[in-house]
Amino acid sequence: MHAQSLDVTYEGAIRALSGIGFDIPSGQFVSIVGPSGCGKSTLLRLIAGLVAPTRGDLSVAGSGPAIARRTGVRLSFVFQDPTLLPWRNVRDNIGLPLELQRTSRHKRDPRVAAVLEMVGLTPFAGRFPNELSGGMRMRVSLARALVTEPELLLLDEPFGALDDMTRQMLNEELMNLWNRRRWTGIFVTHNISEAVFLSERILVMSPRPGRIVADLRVPFDAPRRHELRARAEFARLTGEVAECLRRTGP
Amino acid sequence: MKRAGVRLLQVALPPLAFFAAIVAIWQLATMLWDIPGYLVPSPGRVLGAAREHAADLRAAMRLTGSGALCGFGLGLLAGTAMGLLFSQSRVIQRSVYPYAIFLQTVPIVAIAPLLIMWFGNGFGGVVAVSFILSLFPIITNATAGLTLVDTNLLELFEINNASRAQTLFKLRLPNAVPHLVVGAKISCGLSVIGAIVGEISAGFGTESFGLGTLINMATSKLDTAYAFAAVICSTLLSIAIFAAVNSIGATIMARWHIAPARSSTTDMNA
Repeated sequence: MHAQSLDVTYEGAIRALSGIGFDIPSGQFVSIVGPSGCGKSTLLRLIAGLVAPTRGDLSVAGSGPAIARRTGVRLSFVFQDPTLLPWRNVRDNIGLPLELQRTSRHKRDPRVAAVLEMVGLTPFAGRFPNELSGGMRMRVSLARALVTEPELLLLDEPFGALDDMTRQMLNEELMNLWNRRRWTGIFVTHNISEAVFLSERILVMSPRPGRIVADLRVPFDAPRRHELRARAEFARLTGEVAECLRRTGP
Repeated sequence: MKRAGVRLLQVALPPLAFFAAIVAIWQLATMLWDIPGYLVPSPGRVLGAAREHAADLRAAMRLTGSGALCGFGLGLLAGTAMGLLFSQSRVIQRSVYPYAIFLQTVPIVAIAPLLIMWFGNGFGGVVAVSFILSLFPIITNATAGLTLVDTNLLELFEINNASRAQTLFKLRLPNAVPHLVVGAKISCGLSVIGAIVGEISAGFGTESFGLGTLINMATSKLDTAYAFAAVICSTLLSIAIFAAVNSIGATIMARWHIAPARSSTTDMNA
């Protein structure tokens, strides 16, 4: 994925992003951290082809994001909220993307069953979203994103509303899933330790209008386990990202 | 089980006691002050009139009830269709929807005689008035349900390259169901009012002897006890239709797994 001098200006002249440029090789897991309102989510929506840049170029696998998405680049998006259909049970919520792609039922069912197993929701397949906890709902949302076997997975602060323990556990699960599937991941968050734990690379953004002020590598080897969080190296890197963010602050 | 019985008693007993007290006071008042029966008949005489005209009242309830249900059913269909139209075209919604809102402020009761003139002073005219009265709550609620969809859900469908039809059938329509339930609860009460107003507007030349016709005839003959009985039957009819719609709505809502859409105007006569 390639982005060059991206600008997004909203009506009413709110400049959300300014001169953003980066390349993300396929298979990399990148986190984007920055203060609230810096345009991180806008950047993700740009990559998903949900908004168009005011200026600049963005290409996903060689073409514009909206076109890439329609011509077969498998892209999934995990929202801040679980964003489930309340009238569908867990199984049917997860199957929705395949249903929209008109995948036949007998091809759909085993894939839904597989991701259900992967995120540990098999016993809850028949439950409805209002019967699940926040963490489980987010798991359903994650499973729905994974059911299409995405090549590009965009995550917009998906664990922001969860308590710290649930967040850490979901981070570890996400890490394991990525190790198996190696999709290109772009993870937006304002939680630094989450970004360090999950990603191979961290892009630090400034307050609005958002610019990229640092591009850091995270050298830890896979598989990363929860003990990693207790290592000095982990703390040092977390500190470094925090320092970057502090410098950009107002 | 015993607990539930006690609770039911706690809920049902006070209003029943109050009802009994009112009826008793009413009966006593008519006896003590010698109020003439053509002004306020005693409960006993109302009951007597109801017994005497039981067959007519039953037939009238059936007729008014079917008029109301036809009007309500048509309103449900037409209102949903209008909502669909509005949800599919911004231009149509922008140009027509304001009038749909504006028309709600027209006292529909005032145009009932016109509708009777156009659709005939029989069953057709009655259905027309009932239909017009029940239409608008359905239009507004259907439109709201079809258009006020969570932005993230719309984006989710867009990201998965959903077609317009898929977004309509898998997202917008299911999203509108709870709103339609709310609209139906408001409309079904209005449909009974519409049917009775239609019958009253149709006057004596009508071929359709519903509750409105009976009220008209009874009051013109100063048979107030009979008129009271007809009014009570109208109320019972209204309650029966509302209860039926309410329980169907509750069944649907249970399958939808969300808290019922709130509306300040869910009362049947709102």
